[in-house]
Amino acid sequence: MKLSTNFVKDYVNIDVDVKQLAEDMTRVGNEYDEAGKLINATKLIIGEVIECVDHPDSDHLHCCKVNIGKEILNIVCGAPNARKGIKVIVAQDGAQLPEITIKKGIIRGQESNGMLCSLAELGVENKFLNPEDKEGIAELGEDAKVGEDPIKYLELEDETIDFELTANRGDLLSILGMAYEIGAIYDKKVKEVEIGHKEQGEDINKTFTTEVKTDNCKLLLVKKVEGLEIKESPKFIKNRLIASGIRPINNVVDISNYVMIELGQPLHFYDADRLGNKLVVRMAEENEKLTTLDGNERILTSEDIVIANSTRGVGLAGVMGGLETEVEEDTKNIIIEAAIFDSVKIRKTSNKILRSEASNRFEKGLEPARTYMAIERACTLLEKYANGKVITGTVKHDETKEENKKIDIKYQNINDVLGTVIPKNDVQDIFRKLGFTYTEKGDILTVEVPTRRRDISIKEDLIEEVSRIYGVDNIEGKLPIVPMKKGSYNKTLREIRNKMIALGLNETLSYILINDKEVHNYTLDEFEELKLLDPITEDRNVLRYSVIPSLYKIYDYNSSHGQKDISIFEIGKGFYKKGEKYGEDTKLCALMTGKYLLGLNKTQNVDFYAIKGVVEEILEYLGYAGRYSFIKKELPEQMHPGQSAYINVNGTDIGIIGKLHPDFVKEDVYVFEINLDELFEKKVGKMKYKEISKFPSIKKDVAFVVDKKLESKEIEKAIKSSGGSLLTEIEVFDLYTGENVEATKKSIAYSLTFTDNKRTLTDEEVNSLFNKIIENVSKKYNAEIRK
Amino acid sequence: MQKQILEIKKNAIEEIEKAQDAKSLNEVKIKYLGKKGELTSILRGMGALSPEERPIIGNLSNEVRGDIEKAINDKQNKFDKQALQKKIEEETIDITLPGTKIKRGSKHPVNRVIEEIEDLFVSMGYDVIAGPELETDEFCFERLNLPKGHPARDMQDSFYITNEYLLRTQTSSVQARTMLANTEKTPIRMICAGKTYRREDDATHSHQFGQVEGLVIDKKERNVSLADLKGTLEVFVKKLIGKNSELRFRPSYFPFTEPSYEVDVSCFKCNGKGCNLCKQTGWIEVLGSGIVHPNVLKMNGYNPEEYGGFAFGTGLERLAMFKYGIPDMRYLYANDIRFLSQFDRKEEEI
Repeated sequence: MKLSTNFVKDYVNIDVDVKQLAEDMTRVGNEYDEAGKLINATKLIIGEVIECVDHPDSDHLHCCKVNIGKEILNIVCGAPNARKGIKVIVAQDGAQLPEITIKKGIIRGQESNGMLCSLAELGVENKFLNPEDKEGIAELGEDAKVGEDPIKYLELEDETIDFELTANRGDLLSILGMAYEIGAIYDKKVKEVEIGHKEQGEDINKTFTTEVKTDNCKLLLVKKVEGLEIKESPKFIKNRLIASGIRPINNVVDISNYVMIELGQPLHFYDADRLGNKLVVRMAEENEKLTTLDGNERILTSEDIVIANSTRGVGLAGVMGGLETEVEEDTKNIIIEAAIFDSVKIRKTSNKILRSEASNRFEKGLEPARTYMAIERACTLLEKYANGKVITGTVKHDETKEENKKIDIKYQNINDVLGTVIPKNDVQDIFRKLGFTYTEKGDILTVEVPTRRRDISIKEDLIEEVSRIYGVDNIEGKLPIVPMKKGSYNKTLREIRNKMIALGLNETLSYILINDKEVHNYTLDEFEELKLLDPITEDRNVLRYSVIPSLYKIYDYNSSHGQKDISIFEIGKGFYKKGEKYGEDTKLCALMTGKYLLGLNKTQNVDFYAIKGVVEEILEYLGYAGRYSFIKKELPEQMHPGQSAYINVNGTDIGIIGKLHPDFVKEDVYVFEINLDELFEKKVGKMKYKEISKFPSIKKDVAFVVDKKLESKEIEKAIKSSGGSLLTEIEVFDLYTGENVEATKKSIAYSLTFTDNKRTLTDEEVNSLFNKIIENVSKKYNAEIRK
Repeated sequence: MQKQILEIKKNAIEEIEKAQDAKSLNEVKIKYLGKKGELTSILRGMGALSPEERPIIGNLSNEVRGDIEKAINDKQNKFDKQALQKKIEEETIDITLPGTKIKRGSKHPVNRVIEEIEDLFVSMGYDVIAGPELETDEFCFERLNLPKGHPARDMQDSFYITNEYLLRTQTSSVQARTMLANTEKTPIRMICAGKTYRREDDATHSHQFGQVEGLVIDKKERNVSLADLKGTLEVFVKKLIGKNSELRFRPSYFPFTEPSYEVDVSCFKCNGKGCNLCKQTGWIEVLGSGIVHPNVLKMNGYNPEEYGGFAFGTGLERLAMFKYGIPDMRYLYANDIRFLSQFDRKEEEI
């Protein structure tokens, strides 16, 4: 809502700087975007062109002599309408206009000591200008006095505030509502709305009928005004509309807008002769067509409210009138419609078709008393400024029953909620300033809220009113006095995050929306994908199941920006529908490529074992040492079949790890994902002291040459089975293929530790155990010992 | 014989001095002191001496042996020192070359801000609660006093999956869940930070963004009031934004609270003098807050006559942007490694 301060001063007598007013309104809850003069220009003066000749060196410039009273200025002007005898707006040397600063100068050899201005150059928006105003300089009337202030003459001396109002304050979408609000802040009385016109002729009820066929119109008022003279509006109406952001058209149309701005009730004027003698309010037929004022044909549904005459639709209720019955230059008689339509229906229709000043007001809800006031106010103005004859009577359809709301509240209530000690008298005074009446009975105050304040219905609303006018700044902050207790948070997720960071990965924050083509990637799990009903782009039309697609996108972005070393992770959600169940799991996902270990001659790129090390670190840190394994089986097609596996904890696959398939990405990119919700269901071992042997351990190393495809896990199993309880540790310390090892074979070296907690082991028994292990492995896997 | 011994000593000392390395020194040692060495051989002739001469020669030879041994040891020590010196010189490296390490990880700025907020509120006895991001209409809207057709639903165009399920538009859904889940209806102090989603995408809005939400509910007799909300948010803002921040409470409208207030913070760029960031107003809108609406209490099982409290919420991106001087919100979601890796150290203590 753009507030014209000139307009609101009709109703409340204030003398406050516009910026101060805007700030004071903000503090009671009405935020603003901009506040300032309607015309922001300095050093303007009315002048008369007393001579105008063509510029000797130009085909379009003129050299003018302009009388500004105290002197005569030479001004070069390019406007086509510059000519002798007209009164003009002169920007003098040093004038500040919204776009430029005027300076004396020489234009193609001719002295120019100022500028003749158009309205656009003064900052009047183009949409408010007549075609002739757009083409040239402004021509002032004969009555303009040379040497005076042109802004004053044009009655454009206004200041405006552009408010961004909250959705509940529909009452502030009017000058009158603003006046009540401002009056409450500065403790000023609000003046009455001026209504007073003659009514004449046969009662309209005898010649005109209405029919309301829907519940979505609770109030419909119709009046008729005849014999109108359509012309330009008086300056104050035009300028106030401009200040309010509405384009002036002609006096009759302008009055309907003027009353809407003034009182907040949208009106619609129909050309009475084209409308006929009946007005119907009904829901539209499916696919009913209607051409609105702007010339567009709209296709309606049974959810839209239409206004019709006896034969066809003539307006889209609450949103926009129809083209056919529009008020035009030749209109003589009009029918005024003032109504209240269902706010939800209007919102739906306007969202679909067009948002207008009118629909905005209907959506927020209107007050019936104001509807009655508005139709009368329009008649008064039409009589005064368009010579209209108001026909006797009003056609009424009124199902509204509105009374002032009465709300009981205790003083203590107010102070408890606000944490204040506001005295009784001050509370009463606040309600008085707001224009609410009240009666007091003991501790209880019964407050009667005027119907214009539709946002107030419970005592908490009244408490807010008290806090607004009392000023929240005046309330001292403190901390709640409540029993002590320990706060809690999910420590585990944080520890995982910190561990991943310590392991050298960068944490990302990715979008969960991805493309539906990627949603089944990196997984063979069965689930129903969750598609958005109305995505912004097809690129992000589905909720991810795996986090890997999100991280892959980040990899792709970085890689295309020249980054080669990328180790990233994220803890985020994956979403699914399985059967009838909608769900989401927390997942830990990582992607690694490029350098990981850094240092002189030690730099190593990520390989499978590097990322596996990260997974092992995390699982063991969380207490799953000895409870996890990596299992090879059928893999998603995005994974490298020879370098990928499932991560299994206590018998359940809780994640996947591996290299991305070379078909999918050329670079060596490794990923893993662990479903943390599934992982956390698995038991962990307790952290508990284990006895450290007092007796020395004996270490023995052995390297087996075995078939390349044989997994180390199998060899370890065999070692363990013949090693017995004295074998306390198996460590793999070397893997070798190449020279001296057959091409189909590999050499794996193990370091075995033998310990007994109760005694020192003898070389003989360890050697015999060691030989038994070697024999067992050699036999089982046809292994040779590498010397 | 005495003369001979002294001659041996003289020769031995000379040779020791001439020795160039440990090996030749050892040869000298064997030559003079070894089992078949010169001094040993000569002592074998002691038997031929008179009883008077024996102790004299014995003492002399012991003395000489001691002198030779000392000379050898001294020389050996000198060699050892030289060898060590040489070894150290050989081992000397360029200490300006880089150390060996794995890459350094980093924590995303938004999560840094979340952790900081969580720590602050946990220290005041709040519980950190998580809730689903895929929410039902019931928890996202209806139980928060936003019935179907409510105009405030327009403010948050949502991503629906079905008529019932949507991506949560606000973390406030967790308020309803927490209240409802607390079957004992005991007091609540909780915060929830997490991802939220709205159907908009432009320079200042991301379709996915972070929010943090706080809720305090307590018995009416303890009077958790607007003044308490003010004090709590003062602590929050001064910790997260800066000790000298000023707060301004502006009455506003949210369906889940009544009264409702928007909270402006004195502009962190210009300290309230007016600049581009604050559109010359000196204030930046940071939080939404208010006293929990009686309908919200009622709908989630709390009797509004017995219980009351406050709620507040704010966006996380802007806090992160302010804290680390990040000029554009989109950087937070681009996940450029060169951006992420800047956040690789511990927070400064304030």
